[in-house]
Amino acid sequence: MEMPRPNSMVLSRREQIVAQLRAALPKGCVIDDPMETRVYECDALSAYRCAPLAVVLPRSTAEVAAALRICHALGVPAVPRGSGTSLAGGAMPSADCVVLGVARMNAVLDTDFENRFIHVQSGRTNLSVTGAVEARGFFYAPDPSSQLACAIAGNIAMNSGGAHCLKYGVTTNNLLGVTMVKMDGTIVTLGGPWGSGFGLDLLGVVCGSEGQLGVVTEAWLRILPKPEGARPVLVAFNSSEVAGACVADIIRAGILPVAIEFMDRPCIRATEAFAHAGYPDCEALLIIEVEGSAPEIDEQLSRIRTIAARHNPIEFTEAADEAQAKRIWLGRKSAFGAMGQMGDYMCLDGTIPVSQLSYVLRRIGELSAEYGLDVGNVFHAGDGNMHPLILYNANKDGDLAKCEALGAEILKLCVQVGGCLSGEHGIGLEKRDLMPVQFTPADLEAQMRIKDVFDPNWLLNPAKVFPLAASAARRGQDA
Amino acid sequence: MISPRSEGELAEAVASATAPLLVKGGGTRMIGDARGEMLDVSGLSGVTLYEPAALTLVVQAGTPLVQINTLLAGERQRLGFEPPDLRGLLGRDGVSTIGGIAASNASGPRRVQGGAARDAMLGVRFVDGRGAAISSGGRVMKNVTGYDLVKLMAGSFGTLGALTEVSLKVQSIPEAEVTLVVDGLDDAAGLAALRRALGSPYDTSGAARAGGRSYIRLEGMSGSVAYRAERLRAQCDSALVEGADSAAIWADIRDAAPLHGHAGDIWRLSVLPTDAAEIVAAIFAAFGGDMLRDAVYDWGGGLVWLALPAGADDVISAAVDGRGAAIKLRGAGAAPFAPQSDQVSALSAALKAQFDPHGRFARGII
Repeated sequence: MEMPRPNSMVLSRREQIVAQLRAALPKGCVIDDPMETRVYECDALSAYRCAPLAVVLPRSTAEVAAALRICHALGVPAVPRGSGTSLAGGAMPSADCVVLGVARMNAVLDTDFENRFIHVQSGRTNLSVTGAVEARGFFYAPDPSSQLACAIAGNIAMNSGGAHCLKYGVTTNNLLGVTMVKMDGTIVTLGGPWGSGFGLDLLGVVCGSEGQLGVVTEAWLRILPKPEGARPVLVAFNSSEVAGACVADIIRAGILPVAIEFMDRPCIRATEAFAHAGYPDCEALLIIEVEGSAPEIDEQLSRIRTIAARHNPIEFTEAADEAQAKRIWLGRKSAFGAMGQMGDYMCLDGTIPVSQLSYVLRRIGELSAEYGLDVGNVFHAGDGNMHPLILYNANKDGDLAKCEALGAEILKLCVQVGGCLSGEHGIGLEKRDLMPVQFTPADLEAQMRIKDVFDPNWLLNPAKVFPLAASAARRGQDA
Repeated sequence: MISPRSEGELAEAVASATAPLLVKGGGTRMIGDARGEMLDVSGLSGVTLYEPAALTLVVQAGTPLVQINTLLAGERQRLGFEPPDLRGLLGRDGVSTIGGIAASNASGPRRVQGGAARDAMLGVRFVDGRGAAISSGGRVMKNVTGYDLVKLMAGSFGTLGALTEVSLKVQSIPEAEVTLVVDGLDDAAGLAALRRALGSPYDTSGAARAGGRSYIRLEGMSGSVAYRAERLRAQCDSALVEGADSAAIWADIRDAAPLHGHAGDIWRLSVLPTDAAEIVAAIFAAFGGDMLRDAVYDWGGGLVWLALPAGADDVISAAVDGRGAAIKLRGAGAAPFAPQSDQVSALSAALKAQFDPHGRFARGII
């Protein structure tokens, strides 16, 4: 992965930069000991590492503003970081940057059940947002699989989704407002507990901008009343094509499950060996979850059973109790871990139109054979968000490069059939140079002009999202 | 008037223009002081793609709403965000187009459950003020590839560019619908009843108040709707209206029918549900004397429609400042978006300058 040459002017002023940050911030907020900054040298895209110049861990919006003002004045790039769980390298530092971590800002500022929102500092983890409201029967809907660790700041930066967004939408659909700090240190509030309001939807463009427009420090999030209950079913098929057709028929019938998850044979076998969830050995497996009161769940599941029966499933198991429901989800939830047992893997995130499911799965199989790397597929079938997992051996020379080449082929395939490069992980470093597959130069130019408005000097998380060559002039580098 | 037949022709027209243009779809939702030569996009009409099993519709921007509704209804589907028909309220005629709906983020009662137009918009194509055709988003449900210009274009009222194509997520029409009608409560109590319904697990798809009555809508499979209606009615004394009669109530709420025919300015306020009654009372009190004292509350009180005497801008700004946002849908004077912080105004103006450096879409509203 090519990274821009670190700015030597910045590197040569390391001591001055650290001293100014220390002077402006309370004790313990600035880290520059190389032993301690190592923790921040990568995110969940751990194949790439680079220690930052320094790390700042502020406790308030004012402290974030103070740190950014200094970076801005001295021309130092800043890389915002939530919990560092990005799979796309969104929080990966450069040698000349200050990492601005919001992890210490994790307070709940307000909960309002009548108006159904929660106001939090952005370092708060996704799951602990629900934790703050569930005693009153509410929850926060977006549920990325890293929800135990990932921060709301990162969720907003990447517009994170999750397994249940088929019904509840992704982060942008559940975000009412933010307080953020621009690179120049000015504090801006967009939207509010009442929502994004009228006029240009700046909140909508900040969400998903991968920390390139501002550092979000506080957020108003919509909370929803929890349904009375939920129940999953497991449906197994002899062919991926038939499983795909079953998904289409369910949606076509007007049933909207909260989740429809899909696993293919390589993934099922890996999970069985790892988690022993009791999945059948089959070509394709669906986990479908519906919500409501017991009679409402029965009503939906009886229709799903009728539809599935037309496709001759080899198994249809309805969770009879909580323990069985957990077992049905167990394999799906441990799929990534199971694949990880088999070797190193790269997790892709392209989305396709659901009608292209069987074609894309077949082509992935062919590409997998061509490259000689195993690929397991586990994904959100209801919305076409694929998660092909490519297995490789990091210790084998050239294997990572081969894996990345296969990954690029698969993502190009997603775009070719009408889909996109990333459904919920973001572009970050990982897919930066594939952007021209999906966008014309004019499309990319329009996006970069938005960054010009919020961060004219391109100091905030600069070498991400856009192909290096496309952003070079703006970053003050030769292409 | 310029009437392009394709995106290419539209781009050409913008690139070669030397004076401000006024993008027009059906002309039913324009706000602000309209200026410039008419750029009529109704010639960009037609369905690019419709996949009912993927809940996906891609249409050209000038496609009439009625045509879309008919197409979707044929597959028992609909636009979930229930765009209002503003002709009666604003005293306009013409044919509402999807481009106008997208450009104004026109969203009806179901926003409390399924989101606004912006949330159903999966992708856009548009021509910016430099005459460049730009695409953002796509036709798939989940997409975080690049910045979300779809949201930026939703509700931008033609200030950044002219939409040429819109991709939408559609939804199935549920088999049953009922409305609980709650009578005999004052505004404070009537709005509290709406908030209780929205805070319940019974998946309310509408919560509105008009003409002294509160309305709560439930939709879904028939058994489920019956169950939820029974549960909610156990908490709150109400009459039950079903089927077409229920649909008629929500068409009136959606279009703010109780305010039709009023001569003054039309405002839409976005506020916290618990603040709504007090904010409205403060606005009415500022006028005194003879005036229509009718408000339509939707989204559980989070949205308020008002018809007010001309020149209510300062009153609205004072009442909403720090507590919400407002838009003037009809009425003279600049700045239909009130109030906005200096920061937000500056960022909006700078974005506008990037997308439209020559002021081709200078509508005087940003």
